[in-house]
Amino acid sequence: MNIRAIQAIYIFEMARTGRTLLQSIVSPVLSTSLYFIVFGAAIGSHMTQIGGVSYGAFIVPGLIMLALLTQSISNASFGIFFPRFTGTIYELLSAPVSPPELVAGYVGAAATKSIILGLITLATARLFVDFRIDHPLWMLFFLLLTAVTFSLFGFVIGIWADNFEKLQLIPLLVVTPLTFLGGSFYSIDMLPPFWRAVTLVNPVVYLISGFRWSFFGASDVNIAISLGMTLFFLSACLAIVSWVFKTGYRLKA
Amino acid sequence: MQHILSISHLSKTYASGRIALQEISLNIQRSEIFALLGPNGAGKTTLISVLCGIVTPTSGTAEVDGHDIIKDYRTARSKIGLVPQELTTDAFETVWATVTFSRGLFGKSPNAALIEKILKELSLWDRKDSKIMTLSGGMKRRVMIAKALSHEPQILFLDEPTAGVDVELRRDMWRLVSSLRDQGVTIILTTHYLEEAEEMADRIGVINKGELILVQDKRELMHRLGKKQLILLLDTRLTHMPDSLAKHALTISADGMELVYTYDKERAGVRELLDDLAAANISFTDMQTKQSTLEDIFVSLVKDTP
Ligand SMILES: Nc1ncnc2c1ncn2[C@@H]1O[C@H](COP(=O)(O)OP(=O)(O)O)[C@@H](O)[C@H]1O
Ligand SMILES: [Mg+2]
Repeated sequence: MNIRAIQAIYIFEMARTGRTLLQSIVSPVLSTSLYFIVFGAAIGSHMTQIGGVSYGAFIVPGLIMLALLTQSISNASFGIFFPRFTGTIYELLSAPVSPPELVAGYVGAAATKSIILGLITLATARLFVDFRIDHPLWMLFFLLLTAVTFSLFGFVIGIWADNFEKLQLIPLLVVTPLTFLGGSFYSIDMLPPFWRAVTLVNPVVYLISGFRWSFFGASDVNIAISLGMTLFFLSACLAIVSWVFKTGYRLKA
Repeated sequence: MQHILSISHLSKTYASGRIALQEISLNIQRSEIFALLGPNGAGKTTLISVLCGIVTPTSGTAEVDGHDIIKDYRTARSKIGLVPQELTTDAFETVWATVTFSRGLFGKSPNAALIEKILKELSLWDRKDSKIMTLSGGMKRRVMIAKALSHEPQILFLDEPTAGVDVELRRDMWRLVSSLRDQGVTIILTTHYLEEAEEMADRIGVINKGELILVQDKRELMHRLGKKQLILLLDTRLTHMPDSLAKHALTISADGMELVYTYDKERAGVRELLDDLAAANISFTDMQTKQSTLEDIFVSLVKDTP
């Protein structure tokens, strides 16, 4: 195994992150603060507790997931799209690096960055609202699992996209709606039965539900199902990535 | 002795249907400088890309130092350094970071002393902390060469190394190429300039429309194909060739106003010819020389090959 190559890619990507660190941090801190002002303070004061948790605390896991998903996808998709766009991908393709190593470097770096930003979001939320974390290890595990899964998903988008518009398209058209409709700001129990059933095909519901369970010990969906669905989505992304490398899809002529 | 590179029946048809390589077979000797000569679109870049793992071959095989480029790609690729035709660099990285990255990518342990040496040889040392986007085009190309050398390759591919390159870099590059060869590195370069192939290479392969038309020692090839013509514009019409000039490869033009002398660069004999012309009392008003172009060579090669 070419550990040095994984290291080289990881360091390269983290250096890129470092150069844009300020803007990377400012955005989640700002948006988290805004969400708290609008949803937590303005709307939340009119909301009853959900499952014994104040509304302000209830939305914390959802907000972290929102940051995690958006960041994972944008970091990983940009990370691999950029060398394709500039042409420097020639070096990655001609190096003695296996596809899993390449993915480990890029996805590892993207996931690291989004976990850092997820934790920053968590810390920002703590300034606005008091909450407890019942299962901190599970919380970290869900954080890691989601970051890796969606970084893989972002990696696939970065390979599929052949221009900047397409690179933005999926996050904008698919991920943001799925996250908003995935129970970030409400419990899916609050929905009428029909919409509740529709919601259950949204994979983000399981992520947020499982993540919320790690905080409050209660969730919309059974924790085992949440975990199972997350792992299923992870395997689906892995399958697509390995297909991409097997066929050389959009990487090799 | 085992060849450093051995290509066997390699073909590539792009998804568009374009046949870029047809049954290429070629052996490259260790530490030779090989020039792949051919017009634009001949398939030079495609051949290099297949060997480096950037393009998937349609059929055929190739081995680098005995290692198959697909089955044993790790070992094969670790022996190859590539300087591609297009100038592609990371804008925001520093020179030092990008060259160090390349070495890591190829699985080599960090070696600051070696990278320092390479950067010095390429006159990049005092720019090592500069962001690549602040460098000129020529400097960027030097960076790409440094990246390719950072992992100590045994074969170096230079794809159109002198296209759009200033005189100074060109000179530095040739100096580097010969010093690398002295260290045992094999160099394969592509060009569509005959003079360039002539200047550098030990052997020349001519490729046209995806086919390797011939591979020959440079000296033999130049002898066979690199003909020059000296055209003398006479001041009086010449109707027949004087006997005293018979030993020279001379022809008289149809109108009798021009004498055409065909020679190769190795044995010019122009001096002798001029002496004999003076002795035969033939004077001329003007002269010009013509060198066979790559096009002439292709025409004559295609004519030669059935
Ligand atoms: N990715 C590609 N897809 C389709 N055709 C290509 C591709 N790359 C090169 N070609 C075609 O293959 C032929 C050989 O190209 P190339 O290897 O770049 O030639 P050279 O380097 O000798 O100029 C050309 O006709 C070119 O248009
Ligand atoms: Mg080319």
